[in-house]
Amino acid sequence: MSLQVVLDQDKCSGLGLCEAEAPEIFEVREDGSLAVLDETPADEHRMACEAAVAACPTEALRLIES
Amino acid sequence: MTVDHLVVVGASLAGIRAVESARKAGHTGRITLVGAEEHLPYDRPPLSKAFLEASEEAPADPRFRTEEHLRDELGVELRLGAPATGLDPKARLIALDDTEIGYDALVATTGGTARRLPGTDGIAGVHTLRTWDDAVAVRSALDAGARTVVIGAGFIGSEVASAARKRGLPATVVESLPVPLVRSVGEDMGHACAYLHRAHGTDLFCGATVLSLEQVDGRVTGVRLGDRSTVPADLVVVGIGVDPSTGWLEGSGLEVHERDHGVVADATLRCADGVYAAGDVVHFPNKLFDGEMMRLEHWTTAAEQGALAARNALDPDHATELGTVPYFWSDWYGSRIQFVGRPQADEIRVISAETGDARFLALYRRADRLVGTITIDRPTQIMKYKRLIATRASWAEALEFAGVG
Repeated sequence: MSLQVVLDQDKCSGLGLCEAEAPEIFEVREDGSLAVLDETPADEHRMACEAAVAACPTEALRLIES
Repeated sequence: MTVDHLVVVGASLAGIRAVESARKAGHTGRITLVGAEEHLPYDRPPLSKAFLEASEEAPADPRFRTEEHLRDELGVELRLGAPATGLDPKARLIALDDTEIGYDALVATTGGTARRLPGTDGIAGVHTLRTWDDAVAVRSALDAGARTVVIGAGFIGSEVASAARKRGLPATVVESLPVPLVRSVGEDMGHACAYLHRAHGTDLFCGATVLSLEQVDGRVTGVRLGDRSTVPADLVVVGIGVDPSTGWLEGSGLEVHERDHGVVADATLRCADGVYAAGDVVHFPNKLFDGEMMRLEHWTTAAEQGALAARNALDPDHATELGTVPYFWSDWYGSRIQFVGRPQADEIRVISAETGDARFLALYRRADRLVGTITIDRPTQIMKYKRLIATRASWAEALEFAGVG
């Protein structure tokens, strides 16, 4: 099972709380938009990614197992 | 004892997160979610932001989940429009108006109530902004082109002023302190925030008191200030803070804070045997700040505490303590203010003044440690400071990161 990060750009408002939880996976750009640095993160990032999803105030992030 | 029936009192963000985290933790017993409002749980930050913007379409629905999802997917029994009126922690009973509910574990997430201006109840056009119903009323007044006066230059009120100006409506903010937001961010930052109002055509009166509201036929027409001048108004939004909703805990034996009557919990958010609390209602010692007691009215804290309180309530023997970096944001006039950490500091250093950068950045120091950071329009940086605070970075490290070390 591998993990996939799905970002809904319409919902994301670029607060960056995901970056605070998982800086290797998410980074806010200078224009305030969010970059997903790794859309299929390794399993070691699973907990951080789950924390990032939970921390998002706009529910813009989802994790799917593929 | 094993927990069968988990009851969550308070159906907002902390409440929904408590419910979801209980199921995620494997709780298969009953869950009841009790809410004072008729509404399903909904999200508050948009209510003073996107919800107030002019648009042809109706604003986005702020509800977190559908009733079917809560009932069928999460197996939650809903008791909405049913404010709790009492608690007996020994008998493990919660009183509602017309009935009692027994519980094995309780999570209290009743939040707070917006303070009102004394003597203004029932005057049309005067609102607080805390609930969905409040937001509908404020939006409707803005749609009608209201001249807007905000009482209290806090974050919510400032967002309302910003929304009015974005629609081209006249907006005035009346603040009793000489500088806005001094208690929440400090004096220099208060000035920076005041500048945003004035730069966007909002009249900001600081050090000003409200004598009375003027009205015609029961509808507000103006705000009379201490200097006897009157600001015309069709809409008055009162943003002077929130009182924790703990009236239902009177006589329960639970400790409430002497200042604001918020309920007092330990670091695991436990208030009494079988009773945990989360969100705006609770004072808790924050492990990350050496046990400093705090009560936070922030989205992220409510989400985090709701989830933790439920897990701890279900398994008290393995309860974990909360260490968290407080965080809030506010959007004014297209600018984003973000704050991480604690504003009470031995020193607040305005880095942007030293580096000549127009985008505000200030760091807050306690002893040798970075404890807080505020930024305006620095989206790439704020969360890096949050991580520095979370890892107890030294002041020297913080200054080096800011480029002034």
